[in-house]
Amino acid sequence: MVFPSEDGVVRAVDGITYEVHGGRTLGIVGESGSGKTVSSLTTLGLTRREGARISGRIVFEGKDLLTLGEEELRAVRGNDIAMIFQDPLSSLHPLYRVGRQLVETVRAHGDVSKQQARQRAIELLGLVGIPDPARRVDSFPHEFSGGMRQRAMIAMALANEPKLLIADEPTTALDVTVQAQILALMERLQRELGMAIVMITHDLGVVAEMADEIAVMYAGRIVERASAARIFAAPEHPYTWGLLKSIPRLDGPREAELVPIPGTPPSLISPPSGCHFHPRCPYSQPEHERVDPALEPLAGEPGHQVACLLQADVRARLWRRLAAGGTPAQALAEVGQQGERA
Amino acid sequence: MRASEDMAGGAGPQPEGPLVRVRDLVKHFPLTRGIVFQRKIGAVRAVDGVSFDIERGETLGIVGETGCGKSTTARLIMRLLDATAGGIDFEGQDITGAKGARLKAIRREVQMIFQDPYSSLNPRKTIGSIIAEPFAIHGLLREKGERGREVQRLMETVGLNAEHYNRYPHEFSGGQRQRIGVARALALSPKLLIADEPVSALDVSIQAQVLNLLRDLQRRLGLTVVFIAHDLSVVRHMCDRVAVMYLGKIVEIGPSDALYDFPRHPYTGALLAAVPVADPSKHGSERRLLSGDVPSPASPPSGCRFHTRCPKAQELCSTREPLLEEKSSPVVEGSLGGDGQAGTRVACHFPLSREELAQMGVRSGG
Repeated sequence: MVFPSEDGVVRAVDGITYEVHGGRTLGIVGESGSGKTVSSLTTLGLTRREGARISGRIVFEGKDLLTLGEEELRAVRGNDIAMIFQDPLSSLHPLYRVGRQLVETVRAHGDVSKQQARQRAIELLGLVGIPDPARRVDSFPHEFSGGMRQRAMIAMALANEPKLLIADEPTTALDVTVQAQILALMERLQRELGMAIVMITHDLGVVAEMADEIAVMYAGRIVERASAARIFAAPEHPYTWGLLKSIPRLDGPREAELVPIPGTPPSLISPPSGCHFHPRCPYSQPEHERVDPALEPLAGEPGHQVACLLQADVRARLWRRLAAGGTPAQALAEVGQQGERA
Repeated sequence: MRASEDMAGGAGPQPEGPLVRVRDLVKHFPLTRGIVFQRKIGAVRAVDGVSFDIERGETLGIVGETGCGKSTTARLIMRLLDATAGGIDFEGQDITGAKGARLKAIRREVQMIFQDPYSSLNPRKTIGSIIAEPFAIHGLLREKGERGREVQRLMETVGLNAEHYNRYPHEFSGGQRQRIGVARALALSPKLLIADEPVSALDVSIQAQVLNLLRDLQRRLGLTVVFIAHDLSVVRHMCDRVAVMYLGKIVEIGPSDALYDFPRHPYTGALLAAVPVADPSKHGSERRLLSGDVPSPASPPSGCRFHTRCPKAQELCSTREPLLEEKSSPVVEGSLGGDGQAGTRVACHFPLSREELAQMGVRSGG
């Protein structure tokens, strides 16, 4: 996925591969500009525009979405695949009643009468836990609180019982207690409707709660992919380590030092050579500037893939030291002592 | 010199007593109807009677959800807003109604770091002149070379390259801009630093850089900091004491360790239970979630404001407002807190017990 921009060509998403199955949740984690949103917008065909170059395949139920025409794609979008955005206020039209917007969604994909569609809209608002839906269906978005707007957005996304729901930072703008309600709601609806969810977020706590599998993105690529349990218990990529060590934890000792990742995320117009993470990686070697690592499965752990040039045993020792509370410098010193290798 | 009683005042610094004392502070924003003739039809009770002290050298956290009044409280202490009622003492002096030169003198002592590092820096000024602005406003360091040297020293203090003083804000990343904001806030060596959601606009890896910087500066310079955030993990990491606000009131306040280890207010418990924890192996227990939304601060519930959402609410809660006070618990932890402060003060008729806390699915504690 390549975008033209005033400053040059942006490689927003650069060769990523993932799959999601019905009833499962894939978490995509990364910082701003890592390409996590663009990858999902592309899935929905929302990045098709003048000059954008998209290559690869997006297979949904055996069909390649990239080869579909605009009309065919529209039939899939909002029907089989739906999306929830971060900011519910800018995703709802401020001048139309919530109910009317829901009715529109229902009728766009199904041949139902206005009356039936309205009934369905009320049903949907009830499903997502909005109190007194028969009255609330006639409210304007500004009459809803942030949490209720996000519920309304979810109701709209669920209108046609999608098989795949893409949620892009669905709770980032919400308070923690509301976030907990929305996440619980998404889990319940997934159980009831059996849909697959792609959850895009920067919040490691949220993916830990929600995801079965996690893909960590950096500079347009997936650098690590594994089950949620393994990402948190036995992470392999230095960037994943950096993310885990840089968040304060409610369940850890209060005085634990945070270890920030040095530097800033790279520009996608001219990403670093070799391993994209090497300028910020405390463990990078001179050859990492030239060699570009591929995402490869671990020996004996086919479900766990990592794109890192460090040797597996070196990574294991580094992480053991970091997990025990060591700094990157301490981990590096210890590994260095245990035998220099070329 | 030993300060005899509280109203010592007068000349000379007074090193005893809290740096700031907030007394029954109230801020109501009028709700009006009509365009030409505005009639007052009610009030948003943003802050509705809060009292607390800010001790010298401590970091006090204020947490709560959107609209709980935490930012309004900060703005009242900054004197960016005028209080409707109540008072604020700064170093023993009442500053509630300070005006003119006196207000300007207070503003030198109290500085603020804002949430959004993009909109809080003037895009048409160089970093050097942004950081030097406090000197210009207060007429300090009048010789030009002096200001430049001081700006470069400040930039180094916050971890910026001092050679970049001639650059513009757009040339810096979000984390670096927040450092610029910190440098500007530190320029006048304030006695109190108020940080309002200083990291919530930043990426996680950058957030840790700024948090470490703030904690390091706080220790090195002995700063007194009010740290406002909605992220409970960040507040726990940063603060010595924490106040939890709900609908314009403090519902619980106390040392971080005590508050996070054994929250007594059902709202604090619910907040902590709602925080997602980055460890899938700890997700066994079902969490008890709050239902509904925060009521409107224009017409808060009677009695205890939390009673409409509280799982423990009884008859009494809707009629009588609970006072913020220390509550004994059936299971007293012997050695909490250093200076004779056992636990937290809580505004609740029926504070949580350990068993109830466990049932809520709170996963904090180390």
